[in-house]
Amino acid sequence: MDVENGGPVVELRSLYKSFTEKKTGRELQVLDHLDLEVRRGRFTCVVGPSGCGKTTLLRLIGGLEAPSSGEVLFEGSKVRGPGPERGMVFQEYALFPWRTVLRNVTFGLSLKGIPHREAGARADEYLETVGLTGYEDLYPRELSGGMKQRVAIARTLAVQPRILLMDEPFASLDAQTRNGMQEFLVQLWRRTGTSIIFVTHSVDEAVFMGQKIVGLSKRPARMIKTFENDLPYPRNRTAAEFTGLRARILEYLAVEMLR
Amino acid sequence: MRKWKCCSFILALGLWQLLAMAGALGRTPSPVDVVKGLYDLIVTGLPPGYYLQWHLLASLERVLIGFALAVVLAVPLGILMGSSTVFDAVLDPLVEVVRPIPPLAWLPLAVIWFGIGLFSAAFMIFLGAFFPILLNTITGVKSVDPCLVEAARTLGARRQTIILRVLTPGAMPSIVTGLRIGIGIGWMTLVAAEMTGVRSGYGLGYMILTARDVARYDLVVAGMVVIGTVGFLMDRMVKYAEKRLLRWM
Ligand SMILES: Nc1ncnc2c1ncn2[C@@H]1O[C@H](COP(=O)(O)OP(=O)(O)OP(=O)(O)O)[C@@H](O)[C@H]1O
Ligand SMILES: [Mg+2]
Repeated sequence: MDVENGGPVVELRSLYKSFTEKKTGRELQVLDHLDLEVRRGRFTCVVGPSGCGKTTLLRLIGGLEAPSSGEVLFEGSKVRGPGPERGMVFQEYALFPWRTVLRNVTFGLSLKGIPHREAGARADEYLETVGLTGYEDLYPRELSGGMKQRVAIARTLAVQPRILLMDEPFASLDAQTRNGMQEFLVQLWRRTGTSIIFVTHSVDEAVFMGQKIVGLSKRPARMIKTFENDLPYPRNRTAAEFTGLRARILEYLAVEMLR
Repeated sequence: MRKWKCCSFILALGLWQLLAMAGALGRTPSPVDVVKGLYDLIVTGLPPGYYLQWHLLASLERVLIGFALAVVLAVPLGILMGSSTVFDAVLDPLVEVVRPIPPLAWLPLAVIWFGIGLFSAAFMIFLGAFFPILLNTITGVKSVDPCLVEAARTLGARRQTIILRVLTPGAMPSIVTGLRIGIGIGWMTLVAAEMTGVRSGYGLGYMILTARDVARYDLVVAGMVVIGTVGFLMDRMVKYAEKRLLRWM
């Protein structure tokens, strides 16, 4: 990979986050001084147990939360709020129910001042990318979970973010659809070359997609270990290397989590 | 199902007619009297020459003016109060104190402000319709999934866009509910307001009052039937608009 493709796109520097519990007034530590560098164009997966702070981590990078201390850098400058250059895909899809599929995708485009017709053409392109041509005029309630998530992905891609932040986007899909979506996302990433940070609690999912897998401890989340995964794409879940790596990571995380 | 609905209606009318014919209802008119009264109102008018159609038209005019005014003021204000905690904190106490005042209690003031006539009646309607629309709009805005607001922000939306393109459409189902309640209450308020006097001599409430003064209870009930029917039709119209407007639900 060339230099342009290798520099850090996101850096976490001693990132610390705590919430004040409303009822008790107690301090709830969520992220415990994380340091991480995410290189441009890479597919990074973050795994950790439920409730450890994965969503919080993504929201900090997305600018929807502010750090308690430490900092989040995006392309070298401090993150101060959300912006279209950092696209987020939420677990609960977050589609606008009153907009059709097409108009969900054009939402971000019209905010950029792109004229109506051009926005429509561009949205069509992205809908084709996610395999939803022909569904433009349906409302979100008329779609299956997998289709909704693909619309959400198209909507985020359409504004051409420089990084995709995905929070367990496939968690509520059935196993078969989820596998299909994983393959789809890997293809999409290989085609577009966008950097991706993908949060999941499934090691299997992480090993199937990620080039780098970041393991977090239970709350407050510490970085346990990062694993490089250079198995060639498309990956085969039943290959010995795949199952071997998965087992190794699971074992490591299990041991660490008990500490 | 439909058949049964009609059934209860016919049964009640039949029972009413029987009781009236048996002389059990005193001066209360029978359904047949009411139908005749309705005919009289259309053909002769009350007072003679003041036809039902014109009474109805006058009332509709007042209701439309008052209701339109309520919509134009309550919806934007509700959106502001729902989306800004500062606005909400400042205005909420005022709203909570003014809201329980029955519109009719405003009548003396309405008369010194607007005189007796179209505008004070429209003002009554306005008061009746304003608060249900306002409160439903606020609730609607507050109940929009925060996730949608965050999604919009990550797509590059600023505050104004969020209010206009996320909170407003998201609150629409609740706003429409407010409109339905508002027009219903407005309609009820109008008749009461008209009973206290109108200058033009037209209006359904005023007509009922006149009928009472001349002891024509058949005309009183006929007026009530018209009011009920029109109220029902208005509700149906808003409901129909709701169906078209909120196809995404
Ligand atoms: N705004 C907030 N206020 C208070 N506590 C919060 C807030 N957001 C998150 N938390 C707490 O922080 C902790 C981590 O939450 P987070 O959603 O980041 O975990 P997660 O790893 O994404 O969990 P899951 O796997 O269930 O999605 C939880 O205990 C949660 O209750
Ligand atoms: Mg989460």
